[in-house]
Amino acid sequence: MASRRVAIVGAALSDCGRVPDKTAVGLMAQASRRAVEDAGLTKDAVEGFGSHGALQPPIEVAENLGLRPSWVDSTNVGGSSWEVMAQHAAAAIAAGEIDVALLTYGSTARSDVKRQIRGSTAAMPTAGAMQFEAPYGHTLVAKYAMVARRHMIEFGTTADQLAEVAVAAHEWAAMNELAFDRERLSVADVAAAPMVADPFTAKHICLRTDGGGAVVLAAEDIARDCAKEPVWVLGAAGAASHVSMSQWSDFTTSAAARSGPEAFARAGVTPADIDVCQLYDSFTSTVLLILEDLGFCAKGEGGALIETGVLRPGGALPTNTDGGGLASCHPGMRGMFLLVEAVRQLRGECGERQVLDAELACVSAMGGFFSHSATMILGRH
Amino acid sequence: MATGAAPDRPTPDGDTDAWWDALRQHRLMFNRCQVCQRPSLYVRAFCPHCWSTDVILEQASGHGLLYTWSVVHQNAPPFADRVPYVAAIVDLIEGLRLMTIIEDCPATELRDGLPVFVAFTDLPDGLTVPVFRPSS
Repeated sequence: MASRRVAIVGAALSDCGRVPDKTAVGLMAQASRRAVEDAGLTKDAVEGFGSHGALQPPIEVAENLGLRPSWVDSTNVGGSSWEVMAQHAAAAIAAGEIDVALLTYGSTARSDVKRQIRGSTAAMPTAGAMQFEAPYGHTLVAKYAMVARRHMIEFGTTADQLAEVAVAAHEWAAMNELAFDRERLSVADVAAAPMVADPFTAKHICLRTDGGGAVVLAAEDIARDCAKEPVWVLGAAGAASHVSMSQWSDFTTSAAARSGPEAFARAGVTPADIDVCQLYDSFTSTVLLILEDLGFCAKGEGGALIETGVLRPGGALPTNTDGGGLASCHPGMRGMFLLVEAVRQLRGECGERQVLDAELACVSAMGGFFSHSATMILGRH
Repeated sequence: MATGAAPDRPTPDGDTDAWWDALRQHRLMFNRCQVCQRPSLYVRAFCPHCWSTDVILEQASGHGLLYTWSVVHQNAPPFADRVPYVAAIVDLIEGLRLMTIIEDCPATELRDGLPVFVAFTDLPDGLTVPVFRPSS
């Protein structure tokens, strides 16, 4: 059935960081134009289109770009949505339904707060499943902090081990001129930051920036004629879990334990083969669970692994090489940035922060409140 | 009936009104499936395990164990006035899990498996919310 190989042929970011003069749609359109140009294609080649958006997503954004796509996707499972859309697009391309798909994301989360268009905490519904959570004030931070706590209880993981995720991210950000927070941090700095939801200080928590990105996927015959070296989609898988924390049976194991092994199996590779990782770092505990669940170490050993500095520049498992959501860019949903940075690493475009001889990348995104995991293996061959 | 307009006010519906009504009587209920016998929460009009619609509300013992928690130090209104408070996940001895808060417990005494017992907070608008306190 899947008769054609599929590659990511274009990848770009919009303006990121503080972008007070643009709208979310404006950032999506800017990133889209850049990604299609990066691929050496024109807008007329785009048959498939995926994004979020306000009105009949993704049509409002497609219309803004002057596109009339025959294939659309607007899956919303949180930050992993773009990995899901990429998997869907790859399947549609492989099956011959379309040849080229454009996926984009953009958010002015930071500027919206500054302009008081939105509050500093995500407004949650009070109906449906959330009626049982609404009275208590379980913040998003608290939900991820409770995951860290449970891991500490079961495996003796420490706050300092988790802090190393943030320290490593800031080491990478120091080498990325586009990163939002390029100041280096120590474990002690992380511990000394203001407590938000115990055991998480502010430095265990991702940034809130503006930003956007886009990727272009194409069939292999088109990919080989594109402007840049194709980055092949070798395997992809997703898995849904819960929206209510009460419906999650084991806070130490996420849906990445399902998406990860499946994606690796489809790609025919193992974690030991991976040269560079882009793992969703909404919080330090997100990376902890993803690392274990993907099989980079045994369950419970993530803290000890992280503590050795493997995630840092020069480490055995270079991770979140743009500085991640903790130090580079996080406008609310980070999945697109994982894909863009993985493509740039595999193309060798990353300058000072380039991982030498990066041939295989693992992208793993986590949406919502450990609600959905999507893992994708990308490679140069 | 609550309107759900405020962020801390739940919005009951036709499938959950009876559960909230019982809370007003200070009774914490769960669904028991009459086909597969398994308990379930949150309440639905059917059993999420076997999809039977033959479910009956049954009163929980109120006893539970603390599974995990986070002391919240920052939140937006209306929760801002309550910090620090203990966001928690409690496992009822019936095998059901609840999001809740732990009251009347110093942060230093929070621990894995802390025995807790249900208490009831009556809100001004007529809704009652289940919370938990250390058992002893």
